[in-house]
Amino acid sequence: MAVSISTAPRTVKKAATLTLKRRARWGEAIGEAAVKIVALTSIASVVLILIFVGKEALPVLTSSELHKELTFGGMFRPSAAGYVWQPVSEVPKYNIVPLFVGTLKVTLVSLFVAVPLSVAAAVFVAEFAGRTAREIVKPAIELLAGIPSVVVGFFALVVLATWVQSIFGTEHRLNTLVAGIALSFAIMPVVFSVSEDALRAVPDSYRQAAIALGSTKSQVVLRVVLPAAAPGIAAAVVLGFGRAIGETMIVILATGNAALLDFDLGHSVRTVTATIAQELGEVVVGSAHYHLLFFLGALLFLSTLVVNAGGERIVSGMRRKLGGGS
Amino acid sequence: METDKLMSSIDRRLFVGVFILGALGCSRPDATGAAPAGSTSTGTTSALAPSAGSTSVTLKGSDTMVILGQRWAEDFMKEHAGTTIQVTGGGSGTGIAALINGATDICESSRSMKDAEKADVQSKRGAPAVETRVALDALAIYVNEKSPLKEISIPAVQKIYLGETKNWKELGGPDHAIILYGRENNSGTYGYFKEHVLQNKDFAASVQTLAGTSAVVNAVKGDPYGIGYGGIAYLEGIRALSVKKDDSSPAVKASIDTAQDGSYPISRFLYFYTAGPAAGTAKDFISWVLTPTGQKVISDVGYYPLPKH
Repeated sequence: MAVSISTAPRTVKKAATLTLKRRARWGEAIGEAAVKIVALTSIASVVLILIFVGKEALPVLTSSELHKELTFGGMFRPSAAGYVWQPVSEVPKYNIVPLFVGTLKVTLVSLFVAVPLSVAAAVFVAEFAGRTAREIVKPAIELLAGIPSVVVGFFALVVLATWVQSIFGTEHRLNTLVAGIALSFAIMPVVFSVSEDALRAVPDSYRQAAIALGSTKSQVVLRVVLPAAAPGIAAAVVLGFGRAIGETMIVILATGNAALLDFDLGHSVRTVTATIAQELGEVVVGSAHYHLLFFLGALLFLSTLVVNAGGERIVSGMRRKLGGGS
Repeated sequence: METDKLMSSIDRRLFVGVFILGALGCSRPDATGAAPAGSTSTGTTSALAPSAGSTSVTLKGSDTMVILGQRWAEDFMKEHAGTTIQVTGGGSGTGIAALINGATDICESSRSMKDAEKADVQSKRGAPAVETRVALDALAIYVNEKSPLKEISIPAVQKIYLGETKNWKELGGPDHAIILYGRENNSGTYGYFKEHVLQNKDFAASVQTLAGTSAVVNAVKGDPYGIGYGGIAYLEGIRALSVKKDDSSPAVKASIDTAQDGSYPISRFLYFYTAGPAAGTAKDFISWVLTPTGQKVISDVGYYPLPKH
C-alpha cells in the first residue's frame, strides 16, 4: 500500500510536465500535494507512536524512583527464584528473558513451517502452474491474509491444539508448536506474495539462456531462477519474521501464556506481545510495571528494526554479488 | 533493471510494513477489549458523569459478570422502555480503572475494591466509591470429566498452583504431570484466587494464563490432565471438585446453600461500584437488581442469589 503512495507522485509528475497544458497542471499540483499530505500523515503517525512509546518506556532506564522496584540487572539476570516474570506479586519479579525467548521460539517455529511451504508454493505458481491453476492457488493463499487473527487463534485453541497433542503427545495442550503452526498461517501470505513477486521479476532472458544451454525445467528453476530471486526471497522471510514477531491475538489464544524458560516445543510459552496485551489493561498508570510494558514494546520495535536492517544488508549484498547492475 | 526496480519496491514495502507491524505490536492491547492505558489519563469525564436523569447507563468490568450483567440489562430494558444499558467486560481491574477515570457509570467487579483504588475514585471523581453486593459466586476447581478425582482440599490446591505438587499421582490420580490453567492478572478471579487460595504467594510459572473463564473451561475440557479455576456458572463439559477447607474438614460441594451459609470455603460476593450514590436510571437499575425479579436472573445464569437476611 505504501509503495503506491510513495512512487505514484514521481511518475505522475513526469507525465504531467511532458503532456499536460498549464491549466491542467494546477489540478495536478493540488493532487500531488494531497497525496503528499496523505503520505506524510502516515509517517507522522508512526513517528508520534514512536515518541509516545519511547517517552513511556524511558523511565525504566532513567527514573531512580522505579529502580527501587525494578533494576536493570533484575530484568535480565536470574533472581533467587530463577528467570521469573511475576509482575503482580508482593515482591514483583520482572525478568523479561523468558518473554523474549518465548517470542523467539514461536516465531522461529512459524518461519520453519511457513517459509518452505510458501516458497515452494511461490515457485509452483510462478514457474510451473498453468493459468487456471495459478488463478486458483494464488488468490487462495492470499485469502489467508484476510482471515482475522482472532479466528486463526480460536481455530488453533479449539481444533489444532487437539491434533497436535494427539500426534506429537505434547505435555501442554497449548504450546509453542501449536502457536507456531497457527502463526505460520498468518505469515504465509506475506512470504508467498513477496517470493512470488521476486520470482516473476527474474527476466525471461535468464530462463531462455538456461534452456538454450540444454537445462531441464527443474534445473532452470533450481540453478537459475531461485538464485536470481534469492534477495527477494530473503526479503520475504524477513518480512514474515516481522509479521510473526508482532502478532498478538493468535499467540494469546494458542500459546497458553505461561512464562516458562526452556526450549521444549511441547511447553507453553508467553510472548512479549501477549504480555503487553494481557497486562496493559489493568496496570496502574505510572507504576514500574506500566513503564516496563512500554519498555517491552520499545524493545520489540527495536529488534524488528535491527532484523530489518540486517535483512536489508543481506539483500543488497546478494544483489551486488549477482551483478544485477545499478 | 526491472528486477532492481521491483527489489527496491519490495524493500520499501518491507520497511514500511515492519514499521507498522512493530507499532501495532505495541498498541494492540485495545484489540483484546481491555481499556487502552492512555484512556486512564485522558478520561472522558464530562459526558459520562453519574447519570442524573439520564436514561443510558454503562456497566463495565468483570468478565465473570458479563453474562449476568447482560441478562440483567435485557430484562431491565424490557420492563423499562426507553432505557439503554450497555454491558462490557475486560476484567474487574479494567472496570475499576474505568470507574476511576469516569468511563463507566457502574463498575462490575468480582473482588472488593482495594483501599488505593477507593482513594483514586475519591480524588478523581470527587465522590466516594459506593459498594453494592449484587450476587454470590462460588469459585469452582475444574477438572476434566475423565479425571478420577472427586474432592480436593484448599491446601492441596495451593500446592498445585504454587508448583509444589506436580503430578496427579500424588493426589491418587494417574501418573501424569498436572497441567495448570488460570486467568491473566487483570482478572478479579485471579486476584481472589491468589489472595484466598494461594495466601498471596506467587503462582507457579507453568500456569497457563487464558483470557476469560470460558477459555479456561475450554482448555480443561480438552485436557484430561488439566486443572483450572473459575466461576461456578461455567460448568459445561467439565467437572467441579468438592472442596475441603483443610485436610481434616468434610468435602463440600458448591451449591446455593453451601455458598449462602459460607460452608463452601471459596465463595465470594460479586459487586457493583459507583462513584457516589447512584442516581437516575443507574439507581433504578441497581435497586431492580436487588429485587426478587432481578435476583431470579442470577440463578438462571448459574450464580447464586444473595442470602436473604
